[in-house]
Amino acid sequence: MKFSDLHLRVPLNDMDQARRMIAKSSELGYSQIGVPLPFGIKQDTIDQLRQFSEEFDVDLVTRLDLTPKNPSELLGCLRRFRRRFEVVSVLCGSKPLARQAAKDRRVDLLSFRAIESGKRFFDWAEAELASKSSAAFEIDLSQVLSIEGFLRVGFLSCLRREAARAKSFGVPVVLSSGATDVLLLRKPQDYASLALLFDMDASLAFEALSKNPFGIVERNREKQGSGYVVPGVRIVKEKTGDSR
Amino acid sequence: MTKFVRRRYLALKVEGEGPFDRKAVLDAVWDNVLCLFGEVGGSQAGLYLVHSDEATGYAVLRCSHRALPMVKAAIASVTKIRSRPAAIHVLRVSGSLKALHKKVTSATEARSYL
Repeated sequence: MKFSDLHLRVPLNDMDQARRMIAKSSELGYSQIGVPLPFGIKQDTIDQLRQFSEEFDVDLVTRLDLTPKNPSELLGCLRRFRRRFEVVSVLCGSKPLARQAAKDRRVDLLSFRAIESGKRFFDWAEAELASKSSAAFEIDLSQVLSIEGFLRVGFLSCLRREAARAKSFGVPVVLSSGATDVLLLRKPQDYASLALLFDMDASLAFEALSKNPFGIVERNREKQGSGYVVPGVRIVKEKTGDSR
Repeated sequence: MTKFVRRRYLALKVEGEGPFDRKAVLDAVWDNVLCLFGEVGGSQAGLYLVHSDEATGYAVLRCSHRALPMVKAAIASVTKIRSRPAAIHVLRVSGSLKALHKKVTSATEARSYL
């Protein structure tokens, strides 16, 4: 089985550390990694990251994390940047923003950084909207690792409810590391064990680490390909002048 | 009649800042088991550190068969050992030490061959 980590937060100002993180991901068994990049990223930096990923035999996916303040800003950002990145994630900081992100077919991942349940907006309405579009619900497992005590109790309870909601509405879940350091990276099997803490069974957890992220990347690469017209329609062969 | 207890042996790789002694590794796993599953969960785990090599960071941990998912989750959630950043990776799981040794050595050989 191939595994993907769509949220490897490598430091772009420290290429040695970035290389170490990519090497470690490869060693732990990932064949695809998604690196969040800023809008104005230089092509040299992307090329260097691609070089590292080729060196360690992993597929590099360019990812954009959008943090707009309101729905109209989100629409503007999507219009400007969607085509430049292979995966687009929206950090939903407010309910109207979360609703707009869930409705929009250009959004791939719905992320919620807040740990408190009141500031996470993946409720029934959100899950229903996401189920009708192509957005997946992202769970960042570095958050589970970085907190403890009562904060983690509340957070796990929140994740348990959200994972159950996603399952009942058929919203795909993506488990990602969100790691900023080599020591925060874990094997896919370890992440599946951690998912057990919020009652996500092993088969669903492995889907969230493999089938779902690979599906998102494949779909977007197909869209960015030259022959793509609309979902289900692509140009197979161009009509030449003398053929009938 | 006493029921036979099925056990699982886990080959672990400890990574982090500095070598960690056997007690430190076991304490870190225990802390996380207790933190996540409480005293009842801890009592069912049957944790025992069979072997630990400070220099290489390899260790073998024994637990009860039923508590395996719990122990794996606790191991994955270790982020610090003796207040120093660390991570513990599960390399292989097996039902006997002999089989575990075979699995680990065959995996290492395969990796060096590649």
